[in-house]
Amino acid sequence: MKEVKLITALREEDIRDLRIGDVVYISGIICTSRDMGHLKMIDVTEKSEKLPIDFQGGAIFHAGPVVKKQGDRYEVVVIGPTTSIRMEPYSDFIGGLGVKAIIGKGGMEEGTSEALKKYGMVYLQAPPGCAVVLGEKIKRVKDVFWMELGVPEALWVLEVENFGPLVVGMDSEGNSIYRDIKIKGKKLIEKMF
Amino acid sequence: MEKMKKIRTPLSNEVIEDLKAGENVSITGYIYTGRDAAHKRLIELLKEGKKLPIEVNGQVIYYVGPAPTPPGYKCGSAGPTTSYRMDPYTPALLDLGLKGMIGKGLRSKEVVESMKKNGAIYFAAIGGVAAVIAKSIKSSEVIAYEDLGPEAIHKYYVKDFPVIVCIDAKGNNLYETEPPKYRK
Amino acid sequence: MREVNAKQIKEKVKELFLDANYCIGEDVLNSIKEASLKETSETGKNVLSMILQNYKVAAEEKIAICQDTGLAILFIKLGQEVHVNGNWEEAINEGVKEAYVEGYLRKSAVTDPVFDRKNTKTNCPAIIYTDIVPGDKIEFLVTPKGFGSENMSRLAMMKPADGPEGIVNFIVETVKIAGPNPCPPTIVGVCVGGTTDQASVTAKKATLRKVGEHNLDPRYADMEKQALEKINNLGIGPAGLGGNTTSLWVNIDYKPTHIAGMPVAVNICCHAARHASGII
Repeated sequence: MKEVKLITALREEDIRDLRIGDVVYISGIICTSRDMGHLKMIDVTEKSEKLPIDFQGGAIFHAGPVVKKQGDRYEVVVIGPTTSIRMEPYSDFIGGLGVKAIIGKGGMEEGTSEALKKYGMVYLQAPPGCAVVLGEKIKRVKDVFWMELGVPEALWVLEVENFGPLVVGMDSEGNSIYRDIKIKGKKLIEKMF
Repeated sequence: MEKMKKIRTPLSNEVIEDLKAGENVSITGYIYTGRDAAHKRLIELLKEGKKLPIEVNGQVIYYVGPAPTPPGYKCGSAGPTTSYRMDPYTPALLDLGLKGMIGKGLRSKEVVESMKKNGAIYFAAIGGVAAVIAKSIKSSEVIAYEDLGPEAIHKYYVKDFPVIVCIDAKGNNLYETEPPKYRK
Repeated sequence: MREVNAKQIKEKVKELFLDANYCIGEDVLNSIKEASLKETSETGKNVLSMILQNYKVAAEEKIAICQDTGLAILFIKLGQEVHVNGNWEEAINEGVKEAYVEGYLRKSAVTDPVFDRKNTKTNCPAIIYTDIVPGDKIEFLVTPKGFGSENMSRLAMMKPADGPEGIVNFIVETVKIAGPNPCPPTIVGVCVGGTTDQASVTAKKATLRKVGEHNLDPRYADMEKQALEKINNLGIGPAGLGGNTTSLWVNIDYKPTHIAGMPVAVNICCHAARHASGII
């Protein structure tokens, strides 16, 4: 298990080097997107319209921040991960956009595991319920799009420094901590009953 | 409405062999009632080798917990309760000669096999037709387990109690054969 | 301030529970009549005909439509200008007790649900939901809920991505799993949104909506139509003995909910969809 510091734009060879259990810190630009945000991305792409940012080498954080406005700028107050499994249907789509890291909590399923292998992506688990600590790693709000979806669901583009600790939950070799736990758990249950 | 076949209890083997799944039947004669608690007690007695408070051989049991009896009636609203809860106790009673059960809902494989082995019928009374059924109950007396209140074993005399043959002695089961015909 | 005595509340509650247990609503009655004309299964037609006969006997002779006279549930809108003289909860429970004792209705409530399960002998405690509203009236909507159908109800914490298709499939699957147990043809009440508790209560209320009326939002009305069609294509039929009338109607209501969720509560009601309403 290694500790790795990465800078965006994330490179595929660095991502394919990561294994489950590694601890990652990201500096540079990440963006947030949840349920409605992902649907909006798909909608925009299907209509052949332009997405507001280039996702090549990017990191998507499953989160909806608490923000406050200071003058004409936004500041993140606190930010924490939301449950990633809800975004399971969209993994292949975002891989196709060039995203290299998905940050969230609780893991994702086999469809995502395949997409991670195919596109050279990684799933990183952010510490759940540690919204204050994670919020401190946000240097500034670079931009925000799609505010009509509401503050939590908008596309927040954030400048971050040593954002983490993020644990590799699923890697580009198809390994998954979540799958391993499920299999172990199933065996225990079968033994019990 | 289809014409109803009239049958009388106690049920003879000829009558049982003749009944086919899907037939509308009206029952006249004596039937017993019993549900969860009463069944549990009967099986416990059997396990201890003790005598049962009712003669099961040749009889029909109705799974019911009726409403209180209004004036002018012999029994309150008395629709069937869901039968599967009595499944664990049923094969033992069928082995003793129980010939008919009236209830509603699915039965287990073990019950159906025991019905085929022993020659017995499962009749479906229609859930929610409780007032009409109450009118067919002409007398009611508590035979055993009075402390169980509505769950006590009663002996009813019924006249033209409307039921449908749901599972016959050959194991033909309406719940299995009918819905697929109407599935789209 | 308008004064209302506890005694008036007790009397109204008693009257409504007796009415609900003896007389089925016009909308349900008409729906069963219509279904019996369209039903192609002979057994199914026979069952529907017996159900109609039963409603008639119950209403004429004032005996319970079904022996499972259920747990007593009340949805009450209490006008904020009303002052109740006496104990609100006691009055309601007294009304339920009197209805069940004097009306020859079965007392099906037990105390602790796991260990003693001792019958309370009064069918109390009633389950009471009260909304405070403007005005000086008290509006009651009561329903005796039988457990054959209640036991077949389900709640799913769905994902927003599951969408209308996921919701319709969950509703249909719930009815499929239930099979003959809830005494089809059933009325299905659904709530999408809210929280676990709000969705469940709203789904129960949805079963009491008029049969034959769709949700005013055409998107939700469309889900209601799709669910009903798919349910009746299951072939379960009246009493689960086969036929094309498995459900009479599907009512879907919705509530605002959290960005991360889409709770879906499905409450099943048997064909004896008993309820009564009244105003003090």
